[in-house]
Amino acid sequence: MPETYLPVLLALAFALILGGVILAASGLIGRGSGGRVKLSPYESGEPLLDPSRKRISILFFLIAIDFVIFDVEAAFLYPWVLVLREGGWPLFWSVMVFVALILVGFVYIWRKGGLDLKKRFRTRWQEASHG
Amino acid sequence: MSGLLAAMLEATGPTLFHYVLVPLIKIAIVLFAGVLPLIMYLVLAERKVLGFMQARVGPNRVGLWGLLQPIADVMKLLVKEDVVPRRAVRWAFVLGPCLVVAPAFVIFSVIPFGPPAATEGGISWFVTDINVALLMVLALATLPVYGIILGGWGSNSKFSLLGGLRSAAQMISYEVPQGFALVGPLLLAGTMSLVGIVEAQRDLGMWFIVPQFVAFFVFLVAGVAESNRNPFDLPEAESELVAGFHTEYTGIRFALFFLGEYANMIVVSSVAVTLFLGGWLRPFPSVEALSFLDLSFLPAGLGGVVWFSLKLFVFLFVYIWFRGTFPRYRFDQLMALGWKWMIPLALVNLFLTGLVKVWV
Repeated sequence: MPETYLPVLLALAFALILGGVILAASGLIGRGSGGRVKLSPYESGEPLLDPSRKRISILFFLIAIDFVIFDVEAAFLYPWVLVLREGGWPLFWSVMVFVALILVGFVYIWRKGGLDLKKRFRTRWQEASHG
Repeated sequence: MSGLLAAMLEATGPTLFHYVLVPLIKIAIVLFAGVLPLIMYLVLAERKVLGFMQARVGPNRVGLWGLLQPIADVMKLLVKEDVVPRRAVRWAFVLGPCLVVAPAFVIFSVIPFGPPAATEGGISWFVTDINVALLMVLALATLPVYGIILGGWGSNSKFSLLGGLRSAAQMISYEVPQGFALVGPLLLAGTMSLVGIVEAQRDLGMWFIVPQFVAFFVFLVAGVAESNRNPFDLPEAESELVAGFHTEYTGIRFALFFLGEYANMIVVSSVAVTLFLGGWLRPFPSVEALSFLDLSFLPAGLGGVVWFSLKLFVFLFVYIWFRGTFPRYRFDQLMALGWKWMIPLALVNLFLTGLVKVWV
Protein backbone atom coordinates (compact mmCIF):
# COMPACT_ATOMS: atom_id res chain seq x y z
CA MET A 1 0.00 0.00 0.00
CA PRO A 2 2.32 2.78 -1.16
CA GLU A 3 -0.34 5.45 -0.63
CA THR A 4 -0.25 4.80 3.14
CA TYR A 5 3.24 6.35 3.05
CA LEU A 6 1.91 9.60 1.62
CA PRO A 7 0.94 11.01 5.04
CA VAL A 8 4.55 10.51 6.21
CA LEU A 9 5.76 12.73 3.38
CA LEU A 10 3.06 15.24 4.27
CA ALA A 11 4.22 15.19 7.89
CA LEU A 12 7.79 15.85 6.73
CA ALA A 13 6.67 18.83 4.65
CA PHE A 14 4.59 20.02 7.60
CA ALA A 15 7.54 19.76 10.01
CA LEU A 16 9.90 21.61 7.65
CA ILE A 17 7.37 24.39 7.02
CA LEU A 18 6.72 24.68 10.75
CA GLY A 19 10.47 25.00 11.41
CA GLY A 20 10.76 27.61 8.67
CA VAL A 21 7.81 29.61 10.01
CA ILE A 22 9.20 29.61 13.56
CA LEU A 23 12.60 30.83 12.32
CA ALA A 24 11.00 33.45 10.08
CA ALA A 25 8.74 34.69 12.88
CA SER A 26 11.73 35.14 15.13
CA GLY A 27 13.61 36.88 12.34
CA LEU A 28 10.73 39.32 11.92
CA ILE A 29 10.01 40.23 15.55
CA GLY A 30 13.38 39.44 17.12
CA ARG A 31 16.01 42.10 17.55
CA GLY A 32 19.09 42.17 15.36
CA SER A 33 22.56 41.51 16.72
CA GLY A 34 25.93 43.10 16.29
CA GLY A 35 29.24 43.83 17.85
CA ARG A 36 32.56 42.25 17.09
CA VAL A 37 33.10 40.92 20.58
CA LYS A 38 29.60 39.55 20.93
CA LEU A 39 29.93 37.61 17.69
CA SER A 40 33.16 35.87 18.68
CA PRO A 41 33.00 32.27 19.93
CA TYR A 42 32.47 31.74 23.65
CA GLU A 43 35.66 31.02 25.54
CA SER A 44 34.65 31.70 29.14
CA GLY A 45 35.16 35.43 28.70
CA GLU A 46 38.79 35.18 27.65
CA PRO A 47 39.92 36.61 24.33
CA LEU A 48 40.23 33.93 21.66
CA LEU A 49 43.75 32.48 21.66
CA ASP A 50 43.76 29.84 18.94
CA PRO A 51 41.33 28.53 16.31
CA SER A 52 38.64 26.06 17.38
CA ARG A 53 39.42 23.58 14.65
CA LYS A 54 41.49 21.14 16.65
CA ARG A 55 42.59 17.61 15.91
CA ILE A 56 39.95 15.23 17.23
CA SER A 57 40.69 12.12 19.26
CA ILE A 58 40.77 8.94 17.16
CA LEU A 59 38.56 7.32 19.83
CA PHE A 60 35.46 8.97 18.42
CA PHE A 61 36.28 7.50 15.03
CA LEU A 62 36.70 4.01 16.54
CA ILE A 63 33.34 4.29 18.29
CA ALA A 64 31.74 5.27 15.00
CA ILE A 65 33.28 2.23 13.25
CA ASP A 66 32.04 -0.10 16.03
CA PHE A 67 28.63 1.46 15.65
CA VAL A 68 28.47 0.87 11.91
CA ILE A 69 29.31 -2.82 12.34
CA PHE A 70 26.69 -3.44 15.00
CA ASP A 71 23.97 -1.32 13.49
CA VAL A 72 24.26 -3.14 10.19
CA GLU A 73 23.93 -6.37 12.15
CA ALA A 74 20.79 -5.06 13.84
CA ALA A 75 19.39 -4.00 10.45
CA PHE A 76 19.91 -7.55 9.14
CA LEU A 77 18.01 -8.97 12.12
CA TYR A 78 14.78 -7.10 11.39
CA PRO A 79 13.70 -9.01 8.26
CA TRP A 80 14.81 -12.25 9.97
CA VAL A 81 12.39 -11.57 12.80
CA LEU A 82 9.42 -11.33 10.46
CA VAL A 83 9.95 -14.69 8.73
CA LEU A 84 11.36 -16.66 11.68
CA ARG A 85 8.15 -18.65 12.24
CA GLU A 86 8.08 -19.95 8.67
CA GLY A 87 11.84 -20.52 8.52
CA GLY A 88 12.02 -22.64 11.69
CA TRP A 89 15.25 -24.06 13.12
CA PRO A 90 17.47 -23.81 9.98
CA LEU A 91 16.77 -20.07 9.72
CA PHE A 92 17.23 -19.58 13.47
CA TRP A 93 20.63 -21.28 13.60
CA SER A 94 21.94 -19.73 10.38
CA VAL A 95 21.33 -16.22 11.75
CA MET A 96 22.76 -17.24 15.12
CA VAL A 97 25.97 -18.23 13.32
CA PHE A 98 26.00 -14.75 11.79
CA VAL A 99 25.49 -13.16 15.23
CA ALA A 100 28.22 -15.39 16.65
CA LEU A 101 30.67 -14.23 13.97
CA ILE A 102 29.98 -10.61 14.88
CA LEU A 103 30.35 -11.55 18.56
CA VAL A 104 33.87 -12.85 17.86
CA GLY A 105 34.69 -9.35 16.63
CA PHE A 106 32.99 -7.86 19.66
CA VAL A 107 35.05 -9.98 22.06
CA TYR A 108 38.17 -9.02 20.12
CA ILE A 109 37.43 -5.30 20.47
CA TRP A 110 36.67 -5.81 24.16
CA ARG A 111 39.87 -7.80 24.84
CA LYS A 112 41.94 -5.23 22.94
CA GLY A 113 40.55 -2.54 25.25
CA GLY A 114 38.57 -0.79 22.54
CA LEU A 115 35.68 -0.35 24.95
CA ASP A 116 37.78 0.91 27.89
CA LEU A 117 37.70 4.58 27.10
CA LYS A 118 39.06 5.58 30.49
CA LYS A 119 42.25 3.58 30.03
CA ARG A 120 42.72 4.94 26.54
CA PHE A 121 42.02 8.53 27.43
CA ARG A 122 44.33 8.24 30.43
CA THR A 123 47.26 6.98 28.33
CA ARG A 124 46.70 9.89 26.00
CA TRP A 125 46.71 12.34 28.89
CA GLN A 126 49.90 10.80 30.28
CA GLU A 127 51.55 11.01 26.88
CA ALA A 128 50.48 14.61 26.61
CA SER A 129 51.75 15.55 30.08
CA HIS A 130 55.09 13.72 29.75
CA GLY A 131 55.67 14.70 26.16
CA MET B 1 -18.50 18.28 11.00
CA SER B 2 -19.32 14.96 9.35
CA GLY B 3 -21.39 16.81 6.75
CA LEU B 4 -18.38 18.95 5.91
CA LEU B 5 -16.16 15.85 5.62
CA ALA B 6 -18.72 14.17 3.37
CA ALA B 7 -18.77 17.23 1.13
CA MET B 8 -14.96 17.18 0.94
CA LEU B 9 -15.02 13.47 0.08
CA GLU B 10 -17.51 14.26 -2.68
CA ALA B 11 -15.36 17.06 -4.08
CA THR B 12 -11.94 15.36 -4.03
CA GLY B 13 -12.51 11.66 -4.61
CA PRO B 14 -11.58 8.88 -2.19
CA THR B 15 -7.79 8.63 -2.76
CA LEU B 16 -7.02 12.30 -2.31
CA PHE B 17 -9.46 12.47 0.59
CA HIS B 18 -8.21 9.45 2.55
CA TYR B 19 -4.50 9.87 1.96
CA VAL B 20 -4.01 13.64 1.73
CA LEU B 21 -6.79 15.71 3.24
CA VAL B 22 -7.66 13.61 6.29
CA PRO B 23 -3.97 12.97 7.17
CA LEU B 24 -3.22 16.69 6.82
CA ILE B 25 -6.00 17.54 9.27
CA LYS B 26 -4.79 14.80 11.62
CA ILE B 27 -1.17 15.95 11.45
CA ALA B 28 -2.27 19.48 12.27
CA ILE B 29 -4.32 18.22 15.22
CA VAL B 30 -1.52 15.96 16.51
CA LEU B 31 1.06 18.75 16.34
CA PHE B 32 -0.91 21.82 17.37
CA ALA B 33 -3.38 20.26 19.81
CA GLY B 34 -1.17 17.40 21.02
CA VAL B 35 2.58 17.53 20.81
CA LEU B 36 3.38 21.24 20.96
CA PRO B 37 1.16 22.06 23.97
CA LEU B 38 2.41 18.87 25.62
CA ILE B 39 6.01 20.01 25.17
CA MET B 40 5.23 23.45 26.56
CA TYR B 41 3.56 22.05 29.65
CA LEU B 42 6.12 19.26 29.99
CA VAL B 43 8.74 21.95 30.54
CA LEU B 44 6.57 23.55 33.18
CA ALA B 45 5.80 20.17 34.76
CA GLU B 46 9.49 19.38 34.87
CA ARG B 47 10.30 22.63 36.64
CA LYS B 48 7.42 22.14 39.07
CA VAL B 49 8.22 18.49 39.85
CA LEU B 50 11.93 19.21 40.21
CA GLY B 51 10.98 22.11 42.45
CA PHE B 52 8.98 19.89 44.77
CA MET B 53 11.69 17.22 44.74
CA GLN B 54 14.17 19.86 45.86
CA ALA B 55 11.83 21.30 48.51
CA ARG B 56 11.09 24.55 46.68
CA VAL B 57 8.06 25.82 44.80
CA GLY B 58 9.07 26.11 41.16
CA PRO B 59 7.64 28.75 38.80
CA ASN B 60 4.49 30.28 40.33
CA ARG B 61 4.43 33.93 39.23
CA VAL B 62 2.95 33.88 35.71
CA GLY B 63 -0.69 32.89 36.02
CA LEU B 64 -2.23 30.53 38.57
CA TRP B 65 0.44 27.95 39.67
CA GLY B 66 2.63 29.31 36.88
CA LEU B 67 0.27 27.90 34.26
CA LEU B 68 1.00 30.74 31.83
CA GLN B 69 4.76 30.35 32.23
CA PRO B 70 5.22 28.33 28.97
CA ILE B 71 3.54 31.07 26.94
CA ALA B 72 5.77 33.69 28.50
CA ASP B 73 8.81 31.52 27.74
CA VAL B 74 7.83 31.10 24.08
CA MET B 75 7.28 34.84 23.67
CA LYS B 76 10.61 35.59 25.29
CA LEU B 77 12.48 33.13 23.06
CA LEU B 78 10.79 34.52 19.95
CA VAL B 79 11.80 38.13 20.54
CA LYS B 80 15.31 37.34 21.76
CA GLU B 81 18.32 38.33 19.74
CA ASP B 82 19.39 35.69 17.21
CA VAL B 83 23.18 35.55 17.32
CA VAL B 84 25.16 33.76 14.61
CA PRO B 85 28.83 33.82 15.65
CA ARG B 86 31.21 35.48 13.24
CA ARG B 87 33.32 32.39 12.60
CA ALA B 88 30.38 30.00 12.40
CA VAL B 89 29.73 27.90 9.32
CA ARG B 90 26.40 29.45 8.58
CA TRP B 91 24.60 26.64 6.71
CA ALA B 92 25.56 24.06 9.34
CA PHE B 93 24.64 26.43 12.17
CA VAL B 94 21.19 27.03 10.69
CA LEU B 95 20.53 23.44 9.59
CA GLY B 96 21.51 21.86 12.94
CA PRO B 97 18.46 22.75 15.07
CA CYS B 98 16.03 22.02 12.21
CA LEU B 99 17.48 18.52 11.82
CA VAL B 100 16.88 17.86 15.51
CA VAL B 101 13.24 18.95 15.51
CA ALA B 102 11.82 17.85 12.15
CA PRO B 103 12.39 14.04 12.40
CA ALA B 104 10.70 13.89 15.81
CA PHE B 105 7.60 15.57 14.41
CA VAL B 106 7.52 13.17 11.46
CA ILE B 107 7.62 10.14 13.77
CA PHE B 108 4.33 11.19 15.35
CA SER B 109 2.60 10.44 12.03
CA VAL B 110 2.97 6.68 12.61
CA ILE B 111 2.38 6.46 16.39
CA PRO B 112 -1.03 4.91 17.16
CA PHE B 113 -2.51 7.06 19.94
CA GLY B 114 -5.70 5.01 19.94
CA PRO B 115 -7.42 2.08 18.25
CA PRO B 116 -8.15 1.94 14.51
CA ALA B 117 -11.65 2.66 13.30
CA ALA B 118 -14.10 0.04 14.58
CA THR B 119 -16.52 0.59 11.72
CA GLU B 120 -16.18 1.69 8.11
CA GLY B 121 -15.81 5.46 8.02
CA GLY B 122 -15.12 5.73 11.77
CA ILE B 123 -12.21 7.58 13.35
CA SER B 124 -8.85 5.82 13.62
CA TRP B 125 -6.58 7.46 16.18
CA PHE B 126 -3.40 7.64 14.14
CA VAL B 127 -2.31 9.52 11.05
CA THR B 128 -1.25 6.49 9.05
CA ASP B 129 -0.47 2.82 9.59
CA ILE B 130 2.48 1.72 7.44
CA ASN B 131 3.87 -1.81 7.40
CA VAL B 132 7.47 -0.83 8.24
CA ALA B 133 6.55 1.79 10.86
CA LEU B 134 9.09 0.63 13.44
CA LEU B 135 11.94 0.63 10.93
CA MET B 136 10.98 4.16 9.94
CA VAL B 137 10.89 5.27 13.57
CA LEU B 138 14.41 3.88 14.08
CA ALA B 139 15.70 5.55 10.92
CA LEU B 140 14.21 8.94 11.77
CA ALA B 141 15.32 8.72 15.41
CA THR B 142 18.92 8.60 14.14
CA LEU B 143 18.72 11.90 12.29
CA PRO B 144 19.05 14.22 15.33
CA VAL B 145 22.68 13.02 15.64
CA TYR B 146 23.42 14.84 12.39
CA GLY B 147 21.71 17.97 13.65
CA ILE B 148 23.71 17.96 16.87
CA ILE B 149 27.07 17.29 15.26
CA LEU B 150 26.41 19.87 12.51
CA GLY B 151 25.37 22.45 15.10
CA GLY B 152 28.37 21.65 17.31
CA TRP B 153 30.87 21.74 14.46
CA GLY B 154 29.25 24.66 12.70
CA SER B 155 29.40 26.87 15.80
CA ASN B 156 33.19 26.86 15.50
CA SER B 157 33.70 26.95 19.23
CA LYS B 158 35.68 24.47 21.31
CA PHE B 159 32.89 23.73 23.77
CA SER B 160 30.40 23.18 20.98
CA LEU B 161 32.71 20.89 19.05
CA LEU B 162 33.47 18.72 22.08
CA GLY B 163 29.83 18.64 23.12
CA GLY B 164 28.74 17.68 19.62
CA LEU B 165 31.32 14.89 19.37
CA ARG B 166 30.43 13.47 22.75
CA SER B 167 26.77 13.63 21.96
CA ALA B 168 27.24 11.86 18.63
CA ALA B 169 29.36 9.15 20.25
CA GLN B 170 26.78 8.66 22.99
CA MET B 171 23.78 8.57 20.69
CA ILE B 172 25.24 6.12 18.21
CA SER B 173 26.52 3.89 21.02
CA TYR B 174 23.09 3.57 22.57
CA GLU B 175 21.39 3.13 19.25
CA VAL B 176 22.88 -0.35 18.98
CA PRO B 177 21.35 -1.79 22.19
CA GLN B 178 18.12 0.04 21.40
CA GLY B 179 17.96 -1.63 17.99
CA PHE B 180 18.64 -5.06 19.51
CA ALA B 181 16.11 -4.54 22.31
CA LEU B 182 13.36 -3.75 19.82
CA VAL B 183 13.89 -7.11 18.11
CA GLY B 184 12.36 -8.90 21.14
CA PRO B 185 8.81 -7.46 20.89
CA LEU B 186 9.08 -7.69 17.10
CA LEU B 187 9.72 -11.43 17.40
CA LEU B 188 6.60 -11.83 19.52
CA ALA B 189 4.43 -9.67 17.28
CA GLY B 190 5.73 -10.83 13.90
CA THR B 191 4.98 -7.45 12.29
CA MET B 192 6.61 -4.03 12.13
CA SER B 193 3.39 -2.08 11.95
CA LEU B 194 2.91 -0.30 15.28
CA VAL B 195 -0.84 -0.87 15.13
CA GLY B 196 -0.14 -4.53 14.44
CA ILE B 197 2.19 -4.75 17.44
CA VAL B 198 -0.46 -3.41 19.81
CA GLU B 199 -3.04 -5.80 18.35
CA ALA B 200 -0.60 -8.67 18.86
CA GLN B 201 -0.42 -7.73 22.55
CA ARG B 202 -4.20 -7.81 22.70
CA ASP B 203 -4.28 -11.26 21.07
CA LEU B 204 -1.55 -12.54 23.40
CA GLY B 205 -3.56 -11.24 26.34
CA MET B 206 -0.68 -9.37 28.01
CA TRP B 207 1.56 -6.40 27.47
CA PHE B 208 4.95 -7.26 26.00
CA ILE B 209 6.66 -5.87 29.10
CA VAL B 210 5.84 -9.16 30.85
CA PRO B 211 7.73 -11.56 28.54
CA GLN B 212 10.18 -8.84 27.41
CA PHE B 213 11.13 -7.09 30.63
CA VAL B 214 14.86 -7.32 29.79
CA ALA B 215 14.26 -5.68 26.42
CA PHE B 216 12.12 -3.05 28.14
CA PHE B 217 14.87 -2.26 30.62
CA VAL B 218 17.49 -1.97 27.87
CA PHE B 219 15.16 0.17 25.76
CA LEU B 220 14.42 2.46 28.70
CA VAL B 221 18.11 3.06 29.48
CA ALA B 222 18.98 3.47 25.81
CA GLY B 223 16.01 5.77 25.30
CA VAL B 224 17.09 8.08 28.12
CA ALA B 225 20.61 8.14 26.69
CA GLU B 226 19.31 8.75 23.15
CA SER B 227 17.34 11.79 24.21
CA ASN B 228 20.36 13.15 26.12
CA ARG B 229 18.58 13.27 29.47
CA ASN B 230 19.86 12.74 33.02
CA PRO B 231 21.74 10.74 34.09
CA PHE B 232 23.14 10.63 30.54
CA ASP B 233 23.10 14.35 29.76
CA LEU B 234 26.83 14.51 29.09
CA PRO B 235 26.53 16.44 25.84
CA GLU B 236 25.45 19.46 27.84
CA ALA B 237 27.36 18.75 31.04
CA GLU B 238 27.46 22.35 32.21
CA SER B 239 30.26 21.81 34.72
CA GLU B 240 32.65 20.67 31.98
CA LEU B 241 31.39 21.91 28.64
CA VAL B 242 29.41 25.10 29.41
CA ALA B 243 26.36 24.01 27.40
CA GLY B 244 27.80 21.45 24.99
CA PHE B 245 26.67 21.61 21.40
CA HIS B 246 24.29 24.53 21.92
CA THR B 247 26.76 26.85 23.64
CA GLU B 248 26.64 29.36 20.80
CA TYR B 249 22.90 29.17 20.18
CA THR B 250 20.53 31.90 21.32
CA GLY B 251 16.88 32.81 21.00
CA ILE B 252 14.73 30.75 18.71
CA ARG B 253 17.49 28.50 17.42
CA PHE B 254 18.25 27.45 20.97
CA ALA B 255 14.52 26.95 21.46
CA LEU B 256 14.48 24.57 18.48
CA PHE B 257 17.17 22.39 20.10
CA PHE B 258 15.18 22.49 23.32
CA LEU B 259 11.96 21.63 21.48
CA GLY B 260 13.78 18.76 19.79
CA GLU B 261 14.99 17.34 23.10
CA TYR B 262 11.50 17.30 24.59
CA ALA B 263 9.92 16.06 21.35
CA ASN B 264 12.40 13.19 21.38
CA MET B 265 11.50 12.40 24.98
CA ILE B 266 7.87 12.11 23.92
CA VAL B 267 8.82 10.00 20.90
CA VAL B 268 10.84 7.55 23.00
CA SER B 269 8.02 7.37 25.56
CA SER B 270 5.39 6.81 22.86
CA VAL B 271 7.39 4.03 21.23
CA ALA B 272 7.96 2.37 24.61
CA VAL B 273 4.25 2.62 25.46
CA THR B 274 3.31 1.16 22.07
CA LEU B 275 5.80 -1.69 22.09
CA PHE B 276 5.94 -2.70 25.73
CA LEU B 277 2.99 -1.22 27.59
CA GLY B 278 0.19 -2.21 25.25
CA GLY B 279 -0.40 1.14 23.53
CA TRP B 280 -4.08 1.96 23.81
CA LEU B 281 -4.98 -1.30 25.63
CA ARG B 282 -6.21 -1.33 29.22
CA PRO B 283 -4.21 -3.22 31.89
CA PHE B 284 -4.73 -7.02 31.77
CA PRO B 285 -6.44 -6.91 28.33
CA SER B 286 -7.43 -10.60 28.56
CA VAL B 287 -9.26 -10.47 31.91
CA GLU B 288 -12.99 -10.17 31.17
CA ALA B 289 -13.85 -8.97 34.68
CA LEU B 290 -11.86 -5.79 34.10
CA SER B 291 -13.55 -4.87 30.83
CA PHE B 292 -15.16 -1.83 32.47
CA LEU B 293 -11.62 -0.36 32.28
CA ASP B 294 -12.06 -0.14 28.50
CA LEU B 295 -13.97 3.09 29.16
CA SER B 296 -16.31 2.05 26.36
CA PHE B 297 -18.84 4.69 27.41
CA LEU B 298 -16.55 7.20 25.72
CA PRO B 299 -17.33 7.68 22.02
CA ALA B 300 -15.27 6.35 19.09
CA GLY B 301 -12.50 4.55 20.96
CA LEU B 302 -11.55 7.61 22.99
CA GLY B 303 -11.01 5.31 25.99
CA GLY B 304 -7.93 3.94 24.22
CA VAL B 305 -6.53 7.44 23.82
CA VAL B 306 -7.07 8.03 27.54
CA TRP B 307 -5.06 4.90 28.40
CA PHE B 308 -2.30 5.81 25.95
CA SER B 309 -2.03 9.30 27.44
CA LEU B 310 -1.94 7.97 31.01
CA LYS B 311 0.94 5.61 30.21
CA LEU B 312 2.72 8.37 28.30
CA PHE B 313 2.46 10.71 31.31
CA VAL B 314 3.84 8.04 33.64
CA PHE B 315 6.82 7.67 31.32
CA LEU B 316 7.43 11.38 31.12
CA PHE B 317 7.23 11.60 34.88
CA VAL B 318 9.88 8.87 35.16
CA TYR B 319 12.14 11.00 32.94
CA ILE B 320 11.76 13.94 35.32
CA TRP B 321 12.14 11.65 38.32
CA PHE B 322 15.47 10.41 36.92
CA ARG B 323 16.61 13.98 36.60
CA GLY B 324 15.71 14.69 40.20
CA THR B 325 17.42 11.54 41.48
CA PHE B 326 20.55 10.45 39.63
CA PRO B 327 23.91 12.18 39.39
CA ARG B 328 25.51 12.39 35.96
CA TYR B 329 27.64 9.57 34.58
CA ARG B 330 31.24 10.09 33.59
CA PHE B 331 31.82 9.79 29.83
CA ASP B 332 33.81 6.55 29.93
CA GLN B 333 31.33 5.00 32.40
CA LEU B 334 28.53 5.88 30.04
CA MET B 335 30.21 4.26 27.05
CA ALA B 336 31.17 1.19 29.09
CA LEU B 337 27.59 0.79 30.31
CA GLY B 338 26.28 0.90 26.76
CA TRP B 339 28.81 -1.42 25.15
CA LYS B 340 29.63 -3.84 27.95
CA TRP B 341 26.25 -4.26 29.63
CA MET B 342 23.41 -3.19 27.41
CA ILE B 343 24.55 -4.86 24.17
CA PRO B 344 25.28 -8.30 25.71
CA LEU B 345 22.04 -8.11 27.70
CA ALA B 346 20.03 -7.30 24.59
CA LEU B 347 21.74 -10.06 22.60
CA VAL B 348 21.01 -12.69 25.27
CA ASN B 349 17.39 -11.57 25.33
CA LEU B 350 17.27 -11.79 21.54
CA PHE B 351 18.68 -15.33 21.56
CA LEU B 352 16.26 -16.58 24.23
CA THR B 353 13.23 -14.95 22.63
CA GLY B 354 14.10 -16.43 19.24
CA LEU B 355 14.58 -19.85 20.83
CA VAL B 356 11.17 -19.70 22.49
CA LYS B 357 9.53 -18.37 19.34
CA VAL B 358 10.75 -21.24 17.16
CA TRP B 359 10.17 -23.85 19.87
CA VAL B 360 6.56 -23.02 20.63
